[in-house]
Amino acid sequence: MLVPEDLKYQKTDEWVKVEDGIATIGITDFAQDSLSDVVFVEFEIDVDDEVSVGESMATIESVKAAAEVVFPVSGKVIEVNQALIDTPEVLNESPYIEGWLVKVQVSDESELDKLMDAPAYDAYCQER
Amino acid sequence: MFTPHTKRDVEVMLESIGVGKIEDLFTEIPAQFRYPDLNLPPRLTEMEAAAELESIASANATTKDFLSFLGAGAYNHYIPAAIDNLLQRGEFYTAYTPYQPEISQGTLQAIFEFQSLICKLTGMDVSNASHYDGATAAAEAVILAYGHFRNKRKKVLVSRAVNPQYRQVIRTYMQAETSLQIEGDEIETGIEPDMKNLIEKIDHDTALVIVQYPDFFGRIIDYTQLIETAHQFGALVAVAVNPTALGLLTPPGEIGADIAFGEGQPLGIPLSYGGPYLGFFAIKNALLRKLAGRLVGETVDADGQLAYVLTLTAREQHIRREKASSNICSNQGLMTLAATIYMSLLGKHGFQQVANLCYQKAHYAADQLSGINGFTLVDEKTPFFHEFVVKCDEPVDELLEHLLHHEILGGYDLGQEYPELQNYLMLAVTEKISREDIEYLSAVLQEENHG
Repeated sequence: MLVPEDLKYQKTDEWVKVEDGIATIGITDFAQDSLSDVVFVEFEIDVDDEVSVGESMATIESVKAAAEVVFPVSGKVIEVNQALIDTPEVLNESPYIEGWLVKVQVSDESELDKLMDAPAYDAYCQER
Repeated sequence: MFTPHTKRDVEVMLESIGVGKIEDLFTEIPAQFRYPDLNLPPRLTEMEAAAELESIASANATTKDFLSFLGAGAYNHYIPAAIDNLLQRGEFYTAYTPYQPEISQGTLQAIFEFQSLICKLTGMDVSNASHYDGATAAAEAVILAYGHFRNKRKKVLVSRAVNPQYRQVIRTYMQAETSLQIEGDEIETGIEPDMKNLIEKIDHDTALVIVQYPDFFGRIIDYTQLIETAHQFGALVAVAVNPTALGLLTPPGEIGADIAFGEGQPLGIPLSYGGPYLGFFAIKNALLRKLAGRLVGETVDADGQLAYVLTLTAREQHIRREKASSNICSNQGLMTLAATIYMSLLGKHGFQQVANLCYQKAHYAADQLSGINGFTLVDEKTPFFHEFVVKCDEPVDELLEHLLHHEILGGYDLGQEYPELQNYLMLAVTEKISREDIEYLSAVLQEENHG
């Protein structure tokens, strides 16, 4: 299972990477593996929406389940990975690179402190 | 008598829970409510009860004994005898999708055939396994569209020429969504066939526009411009259709509808004083994940044999709970089967023939009636299918009363739902009406006119 060092993680299996105040958010390798084949991605937000931690950004449907993805940070949505609508399998193939879901202009970077780092998330996954 | 438990069974059960007698289980209920005096008439034997019920039922004026020109959403079509016969087979005789559906392959196959036939009829991509009736299907269209725009578009436009009952049920379903405006059916917007007033109301806040085809008044309206405008503003369009009319008309899928729904009662289901009926609901592929209700798909089993399954169930509320597009988790199983058998029995040509007979006979009737003094065909320009409106010189209720004396159910008094249409009578003519029937109606109206 891949847990990149440079990312922050949320208990509900989202990763976030912040560069120059912009957070890129996706689901982890653990999440895509648990879901198995993803068949559908439905975004529940639009560009320019103001969002906060815990709010739902998307529903991911696999052959096994339907799971909700929630925001690990607050801010303003600046980009949505619309390509996933036509190619949801990318979430299985490349959860950390091509499978990113949403980019957000972060309003409060201190929220990142509440998230797990890679070793903590790795340990959290081992427990499950 | 059906006795699920013997006296001994009951004793054992009472003993194991430590209760002396069954009555002791109800001691929590205040004594005065426990065994209330029901004031029932003396009991009857089965034979006596059947005779009494028959005598009450015989007071009804039904389409069996009366000539009927009533329509307004429910239509008196011929129902082939094979339908009832097949429906009552034990293998099919259940009202709903079974709880372990895959074990009932026959039921699933019938639903799959129904979905395929509805798609063919409407020109849409996907049909679900049905809803309760046309009105609840209308409400599902609103729920779908509102959810499609994630509740951000706050307006749904409904034409005033959509069945008034559908409009009422939409409002009932959506009453808790206080930020959603359902409009477009005000008296000022009117019912002009050019739809100009309704088209003007379409904007970027509009989630859905609902029109009917043929409309409530039987008119066949060209919705091309309305649909174009709606799509320009990014709104969806739902078209309520009469399935019989689709034997003649361009299907809604081809005129750009995003949703096509309707009342399936004309497809082999008896009038039955309003139910059980059948709602059908079909969409374009783009809305697939928002489709409510059951959906049967075709696949192969582990041995590679053809099999039917419930598919895309992640849409449904037992999996997605609060995120589901609808609470509907079942379908109108038996009525769906009736409609499937009806469409299969008639076939493409039979279906077209029924539609054509309805059309021709209705036009003959309109022609006859407009020749009678005191009756004017209201709209001579707009094409109509099997229902039309005449303006009468006298109050419609009096006229209908008079026709009843001649064993004719004369039609629908539009003034009941449309205050602006006092003295307007709407008549439906199906294939069951003969030329003689129409001439009898004309004769009675003429006599009425002279009397």
